[in-house]
Amino acid sequence: MDGIHDLGGKQGFGRVRHAPNAPVFHARWEVRANALYSVGVKLGIFNMDEYRHAIERMDPRHYLSAGYYERSLTGAATLYVEKGVLTRDELEQRANGAFPLSGPSAPGRGNVPTRRRFKPGDRVRVRDDYVPGHVRMPGYIRGKTGTVVSESPAYPFPDAHAHGIASEDEPTYDVRFRAEELWPNSADPALVHVGVFQSYLELVD
Amino acid sequence: MKDQSPLHQPVAPIEQRVAAMEAALEERGLNVRAFIEDVTHLAEEKWLPENGARVVAKAWTDAAFRQRLLANGRDAVGELGLTMPPHHRHLVVLENTPALHNVICCTLCSCTAYTVIGLPPDWYKDFDYRSRVVRQSRTVLAEMGLRLAPEIEIRVWDTTADTRYMVLPLRPSHTEGWSEERLAGIVTKDSMIGVSRL
Repeated sequence: MDGIHDLGGKQGFGRVRHAPNAPVFHARWEVRANALYSVGVKLGIFNMDEYRHAIERMDPRHYLSAGYYERSLTGAATLYVEKGVLTRDELEQRANGAFPLSGPSAPGRGNVPTRRRFKPGDRVRVRDDYVPGHVRMPGYIRGKTGTVVSESPAYPFPDAHAHGIASEDEPTYDVRFRAEELWPNSADPALVHVGVFQSYLELVD
Repeated sequence: MKDQSPLHQPVAPIEQRVAAMEAALEERGLNVRAFIEDVTHLAEEKWLPENGARVVAKAWTDAAFRQRLLANGRDAVGELGLTMPPHHRHLVVLENTPALHNVICCTLCSCTAYTVIGLPPDWYKDFDYRSRVVRQSRTVLAEMGLRLAPEIEIRVWDTTADTRYMVLPLRPSHTEGWSEERLAGIVTKDSMIGVSRL
């Protein structure tokens, strides 16, 4: 989905609020929220792709106003409710107030049937695909051309894995793009490397 | 599923939402409180940048280890007793040189090799870093205090899959003859993300 989470290259954001040795947690509830999502993964109630997708499905206004651990909590709570472990009514009664959850999921997809192996040096184009469910292709590379640098071990295909659809594991390719080609006349010169699933790529002849 | 809460009900404070979820899961017998203690211990005592600092210091002082680290990061950090979660199947170590600077990010969420370099700092997860570092790398690094000479090439690595990255910083020239332990003491999380040089 072309969601609010897909932030790479979006303009209008400001200076990074950086401090050396920045804290990981600012409050105890953040540590607990982090554990509440990871226990769901550990117990096999949901997987990492379902978890990432649940966060992506948050109302964009909520996503932008929530901090990282509130997004984590919202995604995990959504999945505990969708999987039938908890109910929203129970959460709201216990919290003594509204407990915003993420929006519903759209269909996922299986591996792209025409996917193929690539080798280092291959010129590849990111397919011009628009996917309503989970996808790990950042919008800024859609339709863009890059060069394969290497191949990773195979991973579960996120577009399927986030939706309970059976699929084959796929390698991801380290694909190198030039920032100046991703955003012509509007980027600092640099090489941008992205881990791209096989199903998202086609060979450039 | 209801998308909207009843309008008359204000959103519960975040602490109450966390407590509600914790209590509800506990009641289901999931024993989350014990798990929270375990994860808190790991996050505060085990998943620390000192792990990655040991890796970097060894790579600086042991050429054969450095080669193994660059060839297969996951196996090489395992030699130092460091583990990665099962879904991190691959650790790619990015070596800085005088002419090349690497920096890592995750534009879609906030993925990191947290068992090696530590959990991501707050600014890494903020929208400003996630949106801008891929497109305005040199500007963002300069704003963060790292002014790179124009002839140094920048490579930005976006963690969009479950391959994880860490930067192998350039060893400072004034550290000639230092022990591995002393070298590890100067390696920071920021330098392994690539927003600073040592």
